[in-house]
Amino acid sequence: MKALRDAWADTLVSLAKEDQRIVVLDGDLANSTKADKFAAAHPDRFLEMGIAEQNMVGVAVGMATLGFVPWLSSFTVFFTHRAVDPIRMLVAQTNANVKIGAAYSGLMTGFTGKTHQDVEDLAIMRAMPGMTVLAPADQYECAAMIKWANDYHGPVYLRLTRDASGEVFGTDYQFAIGEPRWLRQGEHALLISTGPQSVRCLEAANELAKQQIDLGVLHIPSIKPLNESALLDACSAYDLIFTVEEHSIFGGLGGLVAELLSANAPRRVIRYGLEDKWGESAPNNFLLDKYGLSALQVSQRIAADFKRK
Amino acid sequence: MNADSNYSELEELSRRGRWLVLSTVAGSGAGHVGGPMSAMDVLISLFFRGMDIKPEEPGWPDRDRFVLSKGHSAIGLYTVMALRGFFPVEELKTFDKGNSRLQGHPDVTKLPGLETSTGSLGMGLSVGLGFALGAQRKQQRFHTFVMVGDGELQEGMVWEALHVAPRYQLGNLTAILDWNGLQQFGWLKQQDGDGRGDRRDPWNNVDLAAIFADLGWRVVQIDGHRFDEIIPAIQESKAQPPVGCPTMILARTLKGKGLSFTEGKFEWHSKVANSTELDLARRELQIVEAAK
Repeated sequence: MKALRDAWADTLVSLAKEDQRIVVLDGDLANSTKADKFAAAHPDRFLEMGIAEQNMVGVAVGMATLGFVPWLSSFTVFFTHRAVDPIRMLVAQTNANVKIGAAYSGLMTGFTGKTHQDVEDLAIMRAMPGMTVLAPADQYECAAMIKWANDYHGPVYLRLTRDASGEVFGTDYQFAIGEPRWLRQGEHALLISTGPQSVRCLEAANELAKQQIDLGVLHIPSIKPLNESALLDACSAYDLIFTVEEHSIFGGLGGLVAELLSANAPRRVIRYGLEDKWGESAPNNFLLDKYGLSALQVSQRIAADFKRK
Repeated sequence: MNADSNYSELEELSRRGRWLVLSTVAGSGAGHVGGPMSAMDVLISLFFRGMDIKPEEPGWPDRDRFVLSKGHSAIGLYTVMALRGFFPVEELKTFDKGNSRLQGHPDVTKLPGLETSTGSLGMGLSVGLGFALGAQRKQQRFHTFVMVGDGELQEGMVWEALHVAPRYQLGNLTAILDWNGLQQFGWLKQQDGDGRGDRRDPWNNVDLAAIFADLGWRVVQIDGHRFDEIIPAIQESKAQPPVGCPTMILARTLKGKGLSFTEGKFEWHSKVANSTELDLARRELQIVEAAK
């Protein structure tokens, strides 16, 4: 099982053998984000930008105008918080061909605590006009998204995680921008998720099936753009929708689903995620359990909410 | 052509540019004046002498790049671009008026000839660094100029770029500091001699030349209103080997330069002239067109 940061680096190393446009700009975290693999394979196209993320974004914008495809390496928080202004004005507002490899999203950031845990990034990034926002579930989807993003002209935000949560796809996976993915069919309610949380949700649904609760599981790899009618179609057979994300319950996937359904096909949406709270330093399993996002926690919460419905 | 006649053409253009700034802002009812006035002589020098550009082909790949990092001086840049032939001078009247290519801050998606969008301060030098680094990697020979304001030099992102540029030996990059000593509000003067205007110079008693030199920049200090100092400084920058030190031109300027009632007055950072002031400006700038 390969972590998304490894999938990111390995895919770029491979793509750059053929594609001379690719450069990687790093914010002094290459041995965490795994951009060091790219530095070793393509030293002439690895540009260390130091601990200066805002400048890194601006440099990438300048290079992109000359035909380079700059991929940025840093932690999620340093993009969506520290460098959000240059990302907004220089990248999104000019439709710059810059790819943001946002490593270490969500809670599982390797004992860093809340300072480095980004649980607001989806809300921030999806509010920016013109920004593509992708959240892969596993290494196969991650690799396919990187290939898509490298060929697409425009800004892309790729939400990566430090550690893997399992796999749901295989080497034959084909990415289709904007399209939701069924991971499981089920009758009683629909569970919608994104990123590696989708893997844990599938596990939770399989567990609930043993308790005669039959859930559909829908994975949203492309937060933006999104085929809204496909999502509405998927929801149409259900009275009850659960959204689960390793992110705040405000403004991310849950917000997106609630916005769409309330305007088009109102029904009950229960959102799981960080409930207006910050995280803390702890092992991954502790964090997922405490904040209700482990497969076990998701299945128990759904079972309880399902009985109350 | 001797030096005097050489520069008299530029002086005439600068006077006309300053008039267009003041009158365009008055026509639109909003806009910045002090910054465009302090920057005008450097802008005229770049667009009429310093840079290799083709106004009729703004996307010419080998053109020298210019970034106005202090994007609120947009009307100064638009004025010089119009005078240089990028678009008709008449179009300046659309400034800030809706559906215009001339946005309040430069928008690269709207106006050909701009190289990036600026407005949120402190970001332009990083984009210029990207142009220069990309050119170095592709062995393209153009030079990149970035005008930075002394106000926005307070933004941390500028210092990120100042630190990184010398590491890549970007001799093809020149920053020009429009050091006019005033900002929108700033600090009160504490004593005589801490500024050229009616407020404190934010970098008073700071040895910027030494700081930039220590960071690895080739530093040149000039009077930003003397063409016989501006033009040689620009030409020397362009003559640097593309792999070497980036250049920082510290241009001492006067905010609101060129008009008795705007020079050194922080309130003219963003202010609209009334008819009396426009009449006075017309006389002081020797503008001969008929009064409206």
